[in-house]
Formats: sequence, C-alpha cells, structure tokens
Amino acid sequence: MLGYILRRLLMTIPTLFLVSLAVFALVRLIPGDPVSLMFGDGGTPEQIARGRAALGLDQPVFVQFWLWLKKVATGDFGNTITDGQAVLPLVLQRFQVSASVVLVSVAMAALIGVTIGVIAAWKQDSKLDVAIISLTTIILSVPTFWLGLLLLLLFGLKLGWLPVIGYVPISENPWQAMLFLLLPVATLTLHESGVVTRMARASAIEVLRLEYITHARAKGLSEARVLARHVLPNAFAPTWTLIGLILGNLLGGIAVLETVFTLPGLGRLLVDGVFARDYPVVQGCLLFTALLYVMVNLVVDLFYPLFDPRVSAE
Amino acid sequence: MRRRINLLIGLPIVATLGALALTALVWTPYSPTATRIRGRLLPPNATHWLGTDEFGRDVLSRVMDGALVSFRVALATMLFAIIVGSLIGVVTGYLRGWTDRLIMMVNDAMLAFPGILLALAIMVILGPGQSSIVIALGLAYTPSVVRIVRGQVLSLREKEYIEASRMIGNSEVYTMARHILPNCIAPIAVLGTSMFGWAVLSESALSFLGLGVPPPAATWGNMLASARGYMETALWLSLAPGLCITLTLLGINLLGDALRDWLDPRMAAR
Repeated sequence: MLGYILRRLLMTIPTLFLVSLAVFALVRLIPGDPVSLMFGDGGTPEQIARGRAALGLDQPVFVQFWLWLKKVATGDFGNTITDGQAVLPLVLQRFQVSASVVLVSVAMAALIGVTIGVIAAWKQDSKLDVAIISLTTIILSVPTFWLGLLLLLLFGLKLGWLPVIGYVPISENPWQAMLFLLLPVATLTLHESGVVTRMARASAIEVLRLEYITHARAKGLSEARVLARHVLPNAFAPTWTLIGLILGNLLGGIAVLETVFTLPGLGRLLVDGVFARDYPVVQGCLLFTALLYVMVNLVVDLFYPLFDPRVSAE
Repeated sequence: MRRRINLLIGLPIVATLGALALTALVWTPYSPTATRIRGRLLPPNATHWLGTDEFGRDVLSRVMDGALVSFRVALATMLFAIIVGSLIGVVTGYLRGWTDRLIMMVNDAMLAFPGILLALAIMVILGPGQSSIVIALGLAYTPSVVRIVRGQVLSLREKEYIEASRMIGNSEVYTMARHILPNCIAPIAVLGTSMFGWAVLSESALSFLGLGVPPPAATWGNMLASARGYMETALWLSLAPGLCITLTLLGINLLGDALRDWLDPRMAAR
C-alpha cells in the first residue's frame, strides 16, 4: 500500500514539471513582447528595456524559467496587465464559483448515475434497460451549452421562475445564490449523469457475471442485498476513476457553461484574459487548472485502492 | 441486434448531415453571408425554411455552410491526430529505449492536461481561424493516438509473423508498414470516430466562446453565440444550430458504438 502511494506520488513530479514548462513556454510563444503590450503604444525604448529587465526578460530562457518557477512555487503568479491586481487571489476567488458548480453537479451525477446504471445492468436487455441506454445516448449528444440555453429559455424567460443573468456570492445571500446556481448545476448534473450511468452499467454487467454473485444469490441473499453489498462496491471502482476525469474535463470546459449563465468563474476569467490579451491571467488560469487536474487525478488514484484493493496488491 | 439498431439510426443521420455539408460546397439556397436589412429576424416561412437571422441572412444556408465548416475542421483534425499520432506511436514503440521513455513522458504530461484547455491554449498562440482549430485540436488529440498505436506496436513486435517478415529479409520500414500498421487500424478507426465527434463539439464550443471560427463565416457554434441575444424573440435561431450539433453527435456516437461492436465483438455484449 505504502509502495503504491509512493510510486504514484513520484509519478506526479515529472508531470508537474512538464506541465509548468508547457504553461511557461506557451506564453513565451505568443507573438509579441509582454512588456511592449503592457505599455501599449506609449513606451519609449528605455522604458521597455527597463521593464524587460524588471521582469527578467533579458535573461536566458532557462534562467527565466527557473525564476518563474521559484515565484510560482511561493504563490506569486504575477499581476494582471489590465489593473495590476495579483493573479493568484483573483484565480482563487473565481475558482470558488466554478468549484461550487462543478463539485455539486459531479456529486449529484455520481449518485444518480451509479444508481441508475446498476439498475439498468441488473435488468440488462429489459425494456427499462433499453430505455435508459437510449436516454443516456441522447443526453450525451446534447452539448451542455445548448442544453443550458434551452433550460434558461424555459425556466428563466418563459416561466420566469429563475433569474436569467447575474450571480450573487453564497456568502452574501445563500438563497439568492442558490437560485442563480440551480440551472448551471442542473445542466451539468443532467449531462454528467449520462456519462456516469453508462460507465456504471458497463462495470456492473461485468461484475454481475462473476461467480461470487452467483454464490451470493445461491446462499439466499435478497436481490437488493446482492446489488447493494456485492455489485455496487465492485462496480464503483472504474466509475470513481471516471469521476476524476470528469472533474478535470469540467474544470477545463467550464468556460462555455459560465458564458451561457454569465457566472464569474475561472473559465470566464481565462476567456476574458484571452480577449484582453492579459497574459499573466491566461498563464495563471492555465497553470492553476492544470495543477488542479494533476492533483484531482492524484487524489482519485490514491483513493482508488479503497474501492478496488487489488490495485495496491499489484 | 443493438449493433444493427445503432447502425440503422446512426448511419442515416450522419449521411444526411454529410450530404447537407457536401451540397453547401456547390449550392446553398441563399448566400450564407449576404445581409438583407429589410428581411431581419423573419420566422421560418415558405421562402426561408428556417427563417432569417439578425442581419437578414438565411438560416438554412448558414446551417448548411456551418455543417461544411464543422465537418471539414473535424475531418482535418481527425486526420491530423491519426497521422501524427500513428507515426510517433509506431516509431517510439519500435525504437524503445530512452527515446521511447522521453516521448512517452511528454505524451503522458500532455494527457494530464484537459484536452479542451490544451486546445484553447494553443488557439491563444495561433489566433482564431479554421486552420488554427485543426492544429490546436489535432495536437490535443494526438497523445491518445500515440498511446494506442504504441501499445499495439509493443505487443505486435514480439509476434512470430513479424519475426518471420524480418527473417525473410524485409526491411524494418516495410515490416512496419505492411504488417504492424494494418493491425492498428481497428482501434484507430474506433478512436477516430469518437474524435470526429469531439472535434465537432470542441469546435462549436470554441466558436461559441468567440475563440474558434470568426464571423461572418457561419459555424453552428458562433450561430448559437449570436442567437443568445434573440432567444425570446427568435427561438428558431437557437434551435437550428443546436439541433444540428446534437444530431451530429448522436449519429457519430451511434456509429462509433456500432463500429466498436463490429471490430471488437467481446465488447458487443455490453
């Protein structure tokens, strides 16, 4: 077990290094010099040279990378070009919005998806199973941003039950905040339950074929107990990995949903940063999301043996 | 049976949309970019089957042209990822040693990055445009192709018939092209089909954000983005492109499932 944890932790180091190298290289590859960008058209050559020296841009690239890495490691993600704000607090503040939507949706999707998936597997090839499969196939084909727009149209504009534009932080007014978050969460939950249902169904079918299930039934356990005690825990392991992947992909793809629902989240910050050519913001968002993605996968893998003890025994 | 149903529903959907895109290559009812101020926001009618948008442009023509753009981008992305990925996968799986380890380390790090984020980052460097999207999405999808092809090469190169091909004096390149690559086709075909779907979705998402194909060119994504402002007054503007994306993904998903079941019968029972 300890060996497994250590091995998995060691594997993260090259990934972290390469991810930070990629994010660093990326911003260097953007055409144009960040300092001339900062000054706009107004900088004299001396000012620009001083600005470059201040940022260490006159140093060799490897030195620059090292300096940048050292700053990042201490939590200094630089300052925005537009208003000079520190990037990391901004990123963290926006992340809270995205995280609340993503975490609630994924938790609900896991609950709904695993339950429905196991039921579908249990009733494999029945009308119910076919109906569930057909429904998930359709749900998976609807892009979240369109689904979001349609829900917004129905519940926001036509029925007028929910607010259409805006956001209130949970700390200010929890009830209002919930109203604003309801539709984005519902959209994501609906979509991701489709993904989880399919995965849970496939793994539950594998498990249901195994001999210990026949044994459990033979010794007279009720079907409900067989499902809850023997099928569910074993069918959950692959789904758990999938949930990690979903979390990561959502963090990357949340920008679209935040645009639909005008939520001030991390994705929106990134896209606005791209439009404003505010590269420290872009760099900060990319780095933060990538690190988070690596961490989420690490945590998922570290907890994996809890759901499937065979892994750590390897 | 399930496979038949998947194919029977998926194929006509993809074929119809594909035909729509191909038609747009030579003919659309109206010019997809011609604006007409007096014919703004007309609901669907006999002359404009899907209505007109906020600039008086014919929605059906734009949907058709959007299909062409989306499919062209998706096809090019898929080919890019498959060709580059297969080449890297075959070479690295074949050479092994430290080149393999280095390439796989970079590859795994790229896989450790959410695909859409990687694509978005590359778009920032390249700027908006169709070829930028192809490169960005293609690079984002390449690592998964590398992974599959390399795995296949590693297991195949120990097989007797590969050994035999070398023994009778065939060159390494010939052996790879003649005996190893054909065996990678099945998994690549399955992955390629899903990739086409991902590419359509990602391109729409990027265009919806304004980071993909820039206007006035029509894509389903940027049509949806501009339709947002007219949701209450002109619902047809949001319905047509959204439905097209959904139908494309549905068709591709069903086709992909059918293909997988056909190429890998062990999975068929699922």
